[in-house]
Amino acid sequence: MGEMHVVLRHRDIPDLHDLDVYVAHGGYAQLKRAVTTMQPAEVLDIVKASGLRGRGGAGFPTGLKWSFCPRDVYPKYIVVNNDESEPGTFKDHELTLRNPHQVIEGAALAAYAIGAQAVYIYCRGEFWQEMKVLEAAVARARAAGWLGQRLHGTDYTCEVYVTPGAGAYICGEETALLNSLEGELGQPRLKPPFPAVAGLYARPTVVNNTETLANVPPIVEKGAAWFKAIGTEKSPGTKVFCLSGHVERPGNYEVPLGTPFEDLMALAGGVWKGRALKAIMPAGASSPVTPAAKLAGLPLDWERVAAAGSTLGSASFIVLDETTDMVWVADKTTRFFQHESCGKCSPCREGTYWLKQVYRRLVAGQGTAADVDLIGDIARQIDGKCFCPLGEFALSAPRSTLQLFREDYDRAAAGAAAQNGQAHA
Amino acid sequence: MGTLQTTFPAEIQAAIANYPPGRQASAVLRLLYLAQAAYGHLTPEAIDEVSGILHMDPTQVRGVAGFYTLFLEHPHGGYVVQYCNDLPCALRGADDFLPVVAEKLGCRPGETSADGLFTLECVMCLAACDHAPMMQVNLEYVLDLTPEKLDALVAEWRAKAAANPPRRPPFGFGPPSEMAAPHG
Repeated sequence: MGEMHVVLRHRDIPDLHDLDVYVAHGGYAQLKRAVTTMQPAEVLDIVKASGLRGRGGAGFPTGLKWSFCPRDVYPKYIVVNNDESEPGTFKDHELTLRNPHQVIEGAALAAYAIGAQAVYIYCRGEFWQEMKVLEAAVARARAAGWLGQRLHGTDYTCEVYVTPGAGAYICGEETALLNSLEGELGQPRLKPPFPAVAGLYARPTVVNNTETLANVPPIVEKGAAWFKAIGTEKSPGTKVFCLSGHVERPGNYEVPLGTPFEDLMALAGGVWKGRALKAIMPAGASSPVTPAAKLAGLPLDWERVAAAGSTLGSASFIVLDETTDMVWVADKTTRFFQHESCGKCSPCREGTYWLKQVYRRLVAGQGTAADVDLIGDIARQIDGKCFCPLGEFALSAPRSTLQLFREDYDRAAAGAAAQNGQAHA
Repeated sequence: MGTLQTTFPAEIQAAIANYPPGRQASAVLRLLYLAQAAYGHLTPEAIDEVSGILHMDPTQVRGVAGFYTLFLEHPHGGYVVQYCNDLPCALRGADDFLPVVAEKLGCRPGETSADGLFTLECVMCLAACDHAPMMQVNLEYVLDLTPEKLDALVAEWRAKAAANPPRRPPFGFGPPSEMAAPHG
C-alpha cells in the first residue's frame, strides 16, 4: 500500500496554506454547507458514523467524544491540542505550517457540531512559527467571511483564537492543557468531571488533536462510508506516521491504517546504512519498544499494534537499528520523563528522578547488577500509582528494553564490573 | 506604569481580548512572553507588573513562570540557541554534533558566550526529528545542521550583532492577532 493524502494534501497541492488556494480546492465549503444547510446533529452523526478516532494517541472515537457534551449548557468550547511534544512526533508541525486552513475548518465544524462559538488552538510555545501561520490564516479566513460573527447570514458565530503554551510536555494531557489555558500551572486535573462536562472555564469542552480535526472537512464532504472504506474496520481512515531515527528518509508518511509495517518502512527507504532492524518505538518515547520479530507483516492499526505488546498512539515510529544500545535508549527516555514530570504526584516526580540516577550510572559504566534489579523495583513503585498516565509512560522504555534486551543491561553492568576489577587490580 | 505597559500597551490589551471577560488570567503566558521581551528576562519587577495587570497573585504568576521552560529567569544572550539532543535526534548524531555547536558558539550547554551573544541550551524534542541535528534560535527553526551551515549562520549573526546589537528580547510575542472579535 502506498501513500494517501487526506490531511497532508499540501504534498499534492502547492501553496495550500494560502487561503485562495485552499478555497479553490473546496476549502471552507463544508463549513458553509454545514452552517447554512445542516443541523449540528447531522455533522456529529457523520463524524460518529465515520468511525474517526483521535490521532493524538488515545485513539478514542471522536464523534463519541463530541456527543458527551451536554446539549443545553453554554458557552461550550473546542480546544485544538497542538501541543505536539512527544519525542519522535512531528506531524502537527507539518500540518499547521503547510495546511493550516484544513485544521481550522475542521475545528470550526467541530464547534458547529457541539454548539460552541469559540475555538482555542493551543500551540506548544516552541511553535512560534506555527502560531504566526495560524494567526495569519485565521485573520485572512475571518476577513473573507469564512469565520467570525453571524456566518453566511445565519446567527451562528465561530471565533478562532490561537493561544500559546510555553514549553511543557504535560500540557499535551488534555486537562493539564486546560489548566495552562486558564493561567494555572499546567498540571492535570482529577477526572471526573471530564472536559465534555466541565472543561475550559468549567464549561463543556472538547479537546481534539490537530490531525484528528484535519480529517473532519473531508469526512463531512465525502461522507462516513467513504472514510470507512479506507483503513480497517476498527481503525478507519489514514494516519500520518512520523518516521525518525535509523531510517534512510525520515519524515511524515500518510498511509491507510492497517498498512503492513514493511510497506511503511519501504516508503522511508528502509533501515539506514543497509543495517538490520533491532526494534521500533511505535508511539514515541512513551511506548514500549517492539522488537523486529514482532513487526514482520504487522498491519499497523491500533488493535494489532496493541496485540503485539505496544501501542500505536500517535504513530511516531522511532526506528532503532541493530547497533543500538537499549540501555542508552532507556537512559534518553528516562531523562526526558524526569525533565518533563510536572511535579504534581510523587511517584512520577521522585520515581523518574531515581530512575535517572540508575541509568546515569549504567551508561557511565558505573552500574552494577544490583542497579539492573533496582530498575524493576522503582518501576513497581511508579506503576499504577501516578495521578495521570504520563507517569506510567516513563516506564515503557525501561521495562520493555529490560524484558526484551536483557543482554544490553548485562553488558552495561559487566562493563562496570570489569572497570572496577581493573581499578582494584 | 511599568516597562511592560510602556513598551507593549496595545499588545497587552489585544492579548487579554483573546479570552472572555473576567478570564484575563488566561493571558498570563502571552503577557509573560511580552514581559520577557520588555525586561530581557523575568525579573521580580516583571512578575509584579504582570500580576498587577491581570489581577493575579504574584506568587501564582511566579509559579507559572517557573513551570515552563521558555520563561527565562536570568539574563541570556541575544541569541538563545536551543539544541535538541533528545532520543530521535541523538539517533542521527545529535550528541556527536553538540561539541561542534558549542565550539562554534563559544559556550558550553547551559552557558552564555563571553561576548554575551549566545546562550546554548540542550532541550527536549522540538518536533522536527526528521531534520536532525536541529535547533531553534530565538524560536526559529534551524534544520539539517552541518558544520558549514553553522559557520555561515554564526558569521551572519555576528555581523548582524556588530552592525546592530541584538535587542534584549530573545523571544516574545509580537502584536497578538487582531483576527477575532474581542470577547464581550
